[in-house]
Order: sequence, then structure tokens, then C-alpha cells
Amino acid sequence: MRKTAAVAVAILALFGASKMHFEQQLAEEHRAAFFHGAKLNLNMRQQIGQLGFLAALSGFRSVVADYLWIEAHGAWERTEWGRMALLFNNVTALEPRNVMFWDLSAWHMGYNASNFAIRNPKEPRQALRIKAQREYFKLAEDFLLRGIENNPDHYKLFESLATLYKEKFDDHYKASQYYDKAAQFPFSPSYEKRFAAYELSRCPDHEQEAYEKLVKLYRMGENEWLPTLLSRLNYLQEKLNIPPDQRVYTPPAKK
Amino acid sequence: MNPAIVTTLPPKTRHKFFSPARVSAIACNTLLELVRLKVFYFLLLFALLIIGCSGFTSIFDFQFQEQFQILKDVSLGSMSIFTLMLSILATAMMLPKDIEDRTLYTILAKPVPRFEYIMGKLLGVFSLLLISTLVMSAMFVIALYAKQQIVINNTLHQGAGIPPDQVKAMIEGVKSQTFTVSLIPCLITIYLKSVLFAALTMLISTFATSSIFTIFIAFTVYFIGSIEGLAREYWYSTPNGSETAKILMGLVALFFPDLQLFNLVDDIVAGNTIAMGLFVKTAGLGVVYTFVYSFVSYVVFAFKEL
Repeated sequence: MRKTAAVAVAILALFGASKMHFEQQLAEEHRAAFFHGAKLNLNMRQQIGQLGFLAALSGFRSVVADYLWIEAHGAWERTEWGRMALLFNNVTALEPRNVMFWDLSAWHMGYNASNFAIRNPKEPRQALRIKAQREYFKLAEDFLLRGIENNPDHYKLFESLATLYKEKFDDHYKASQYYDKAAQFPFSPSYEKRFAAYELSRCPDHEQEAYEKLVKLYRMGENEWLPTLLSRLNYLQEKLNIPPDQRVYTPPAKK
Repeated sequence: MNPAIVTTLPPKTRHKFFSPARVSAIACNTLLELVRLKVFYFLLLFALLIIGCSGFTSIFDFQFQEQFQILKDVSLGSMSIFTLMLSILATAMMLPKDIEDRTLYTILAKPVPRFEYIMGKLLGVFSLLLISTLVMSAMFVIALYAKQQIVINNTLHQGAGIPPDQVKAMIEGVKSQTFTVSLIPCLITIYLKSVLFAALTMLISTFATSSIFTIFIAFTVYFIGSIEGLAREYWYSTPNGSETAKILMGLVALFFPDLQLFNLVDDIVAGNTIAMGLFVKTAGLGVVYTFVYSFVSYVVFAFKEL
């Protein structure tokens, strides 16, 4: 029996030695394809409990993440924004490849929590309310930037970040850049490139660049002649003093 | 010699070293035994779980993407747990039960080589796991389809007055969130992982003294296997680590399967796509593991004193 055990252990050891290198290579290939990106550390262990951590380690990460997501939903209903941010951090750490989690976490922070902060009835000082609101904007930006870092192959987070810069930071240049990046993806919606040009047209010192982009879009055909594009084009033609004979678009005369 | 009592003997046939018929007979019997144990009742539990989950997500004010995400995660997670438990529990009690019932002696007293016995038993469990995975997949697809129809109906209801092309785009959006081709690799990896574990449990059970010991060790191996990747990383990427820790990690990496490599489901459901080449490599590794564990099971069983 001892001889058999020795033979069995020897076979397993031989197999183990030959598979180790292959497994290491395969793990690297998986990581290059954005698999197994979850960051399970001791901080998370404290926050999600021993059982949750064990489940996450044993291949049930997504179920644990869903449970935390539902908890965050409960926290939202109770307007516990701090707890929500904490739970969102854990959810996105468990499921870094889930674009929806990053996007909705940022949306909750940038739109819901920030709106609550500026109207917070418990805070009479406006300066502190504005400060809190800006902190939530920054949190939303942080979620989206980390989301992009983990999902550089998906347009959605680039678009959400651009919208955040446009609507909350009033930073049209950065918005234009991120819409532009979103437009580079093969399956991104066609409006991304228009939005990039619109935002650039609102940036001082970038009018000429924006005008060229808008003209390029205008020349793509009637499908692109949307009211915003035409009005931004007309605005830039006026602002840049484009001679009438060089203008690509002439607005209809007002009745 | 009295010609009246001469009987005709059957023609002498040579005993075959390997007979697929014998293996399939053992496999069919194993499957039948397992079915008689009413193991399929767990499917009822699975059905209740996904129906419950489907209804549960509707209670909350979740977007349809969140509802689909939770339904997929819970269904595929449950499939993983159920197939894993089934593979460990069904395999762990096979050998001890056959020894207790004396069935093993009856079979091995006939010209049935031990490797055919092990192979037949394992094929029986693999068939049970295949049937279970297929039935659970079918239930999952039905639940997902039903959810999709509910969401589409709601979209049509809320989209009254919206231009038809926009409604069509919304419905396309819902459909693209429901069924994706990448769900197929998910189901295959769940099956492969359970098959791997059946072979591993068989290996443990060939030298184990009781079913409880086998089950306990198999689950321990599962948990160690889930973090084996970390041990291997340590072995490869920490040149200045403590020698004792390094040897320990090296032993873990040497003898335990890296189950993390088969945990593709979470990332695929999240929207990740797996290239065919990478999937074939991963699945191939699962098949090799199954083969090696089955072979070592045979080696141990072949020399076991019964």
C-alpha cells in the first residue's frame, strides 16, 4: 500500500510540476483578457465578513457583489450616502469588470448624493453644503476613472465621465475629450462624436478646432444636420467671423 | 459416453482487456442508482431559487440591467454550488456503498478489470452531472426568457407615444442584455469544474476510510484550490520570501488544482468576452486534470486490498 501511495504521489507531483508553468501562463493570459481582476484584501474582509470573504474567494464573487448591491439599494432608500459609497467600493472591487456597477455607483454619488448634499436641511451653512456637494462630484469622478482603468475597452464609462464633466464640473474641454474617446470605440453610439464637437464649441480658445469638427460632421450628410449641430455651427461662424462665401451653413431667415 | 447427456457448450470467447459494453453497463447502473437516490430533488430547489430571485428583483426599484445581472449571477452561482455538491456527494459515497453492499466484490469477481470499474463509476457520475447541468441550464434559460418578456412588455407599455424606431431600439437593448453567446462557455466551465471534482473525489475516496472523510477533504481541497493561484504567484514572483513559506506555497501549487482559472462565470456575466483560444486552453486544462485524477484513482484502487 505504501508503494502505491508513493507511486500516486509521484504521479501527482510530476503532473503538478508540469502544470505549474502552464497554469501561470494561462493565469497571465486570463488577466490580459481582463479576468480575475477582483481586489480581495483585508479591508474588504473586515467589511463583508468572514463568510462573505470566503464565498468571494471560492468563486461566488458575483453573488456576494449582488448582495452588497441590494444592501446599497437599501442604504439609498434611507439616504445613507456614506454607507452607499463604502458598499459601492466593495461591489466594484469584487466586480471590476461590471461596467454597470461603476456607472451606477458614479451616478448615485454624482447626481443623487450631491443633490441631497446641496439641499441638506440639517446643514444651514451654504458653504459647507457646496463643499459636500463637490466632494460627491469628486467621488463620482473617482468611480468613473477607476472604472475606466478596469474597463478601458468599453465606451460607456468614457461617456458617463464626459457627461459628469459637462453637467457637474462645467469642464467642457474635458467633456469633449472623453466624448471623443468614447467615439473611438467601434460600437459606440453615433452621437458621441457630435457631443464631442458640441462640448469643444463651448471651450474658449478652441473655437477654430471645434468649427472644423462641426464642418466635418455637417459635410457627412443630412443625417447629421441636427438642430444643436446647426445652431453651434452658426454660433461659431459668427464668432470666428467666417466670410459669408466660405460659410457651409446659412440659417433660414427669421420670419 | 452417453450422447443423451452431452450438452453444447457456448463457443469459447476470448476475454477482452477493455470492453466499452462493460464500462457502459457499470455507468448505466451507477446513474440508475444515483437517480433512485432521488438526487434530482435538488432541481426543484434550484427552480424555486431562480423563480424567487426573479420575483425578488422586481420588488425593488431596479433597472432592468440590474435585474438581469442579479438573476444571472444567482442562477449561475447556484448552478456552480449544486453541481459541485452533487459531484462531491455522489462520488464520495459510491465506493464505500459498494463495499458495504458487497456489490463491489460481485463485480470484481467477474472478469471486470478494476480500471473499467472506476471508469464506469466515473462515467455514471459524469452523466448525472451532465443531465443536471442541462436541466438547470434549461430552467435558467426559461427564467431569463420570462424576465425578458416581462421587461419588453413594460417597455412597450411605457413607450406609448414614443416613435416606433426608438421603441425598437429599446427592445433591442433589452434583448442584448439577456442572452449572449458568452453564456455557453459559462455553462461549459461549470460542468467541467464539477467533472474535475468528481474525479478528484474519486481519487480521495480510493484511499479514504469513510464517506465523511472524503467529503470533508474534497471541500477542503475546493477552498485551497480557490486560492492556489495566490500560492503559485508567491512561488514565482517572490524571490526573497521566507524559505519555509516558499516551500509550503510550492507544495500547495504542486498538488492542488487552480480552481480560480475555472471561475470565469463572474467576469463573463459582467460583460467580459472570452476568446475561443483561451477558452479551449482553460477547458483543455480541466479535461487533463480530470484524466490525471481518474488515472491516479485507478492506480490507487488497482492495488487496494479489498
